Amino acid sequence: MIWEVFRQERKGQAFAHAGSVEAPDRDFADWYAREEFGRRGESVALWVVPREAVHEIDDFIDELERNYHRVDGYPLKEKLKEARERAGTARDR
Amino acid sequence: MNAQALLEIADDELILGWRNSEWTGIAPFLEEDVAFSSIAQNEIGHARALYQLVAAELGTTADELAFDRKPEEYRCSRFVELRLVPDWAKTIARHYLYEQADERRIRELMESDDPEVAGLAAKIDREEAYHRMHAQMWFDRLKDEPRFVEALEELQPLVDERDGHAPEFAELWREMTEVRRSVAGATW
Repeated sequence: MIWEVFRQERKGQAFAHAGSVEAPDRDFADWYAREEFGRRGESVALWVVPREAVHEIDDFIDELERNYHRVDGYPLKEKLKEARERAGTARDR
Repeated sequence: MNAQALLEIADDELILGWRNSEWTGIAPFLEEDVAFSSIAQNEIGHARALYQLVAAELGTTADELAFDRKPEEYRCSRFVELRLVPDWAKTIARHYLYEQADERRIRELMESDDPEVAGLAAKIDREEAYHRMHAQMWFDRLKDEPRFVEALEELQPLVDERDGHAPEFAELWREMTEVRRSVAGATW
């Protein structure tokens, strides 16, 4: 059985995927995870999750190309410039 | 705490660490290989710390105690000397029996009047707690396997058997001390 291991490097930080361990049950999984991802002081906490519990989605629809949903589709610089011109606060640059 | 008693524990830890490390690279599966090797390394670490304590009292060094004694001077039990590779059931049986016996011994050391001994014992015990957890997990898994039950029965009487050495100890001693004996008088 495969277990996915996530580790937290410092208190308060987000957990990030560290890798996986193969183990017959939860106790073994904990032990192996601790050994492989926590023994060298590299983690303050681990999440050990059975792989089946991880639900993956990889389909993202954007049929109408609504680029304003994406960070790269919204050129803030230009919009700011226009807004400033309208408000008469444009800086001379 | 007398030096000889500490030496007994240190020798057990060194030799068992050595024997367990023989599984490195050939354990039943990769995760266990890493885990068991790590336990072996911890045991040798405990031996080192105990040797240092004894060495200070006897006016020698940890290395000299670990590697420069004659085979007959080692005080380890025959139990830890047995070469059990490639029998995993027996290896786990020994691991389980050893951790049980070691727990009682370390607990006694934690009560020692000597603060150095008590302090070191407490440190060792915190690591051993994980070894015991590991041994218990395996015990729970194998406890109904006839091979494992047989191994427990066979090994149980040997746990504290310190009357002479197992035949395979001579070979282990040769390997273990070979490097230091290879250059006479060298200080490493």
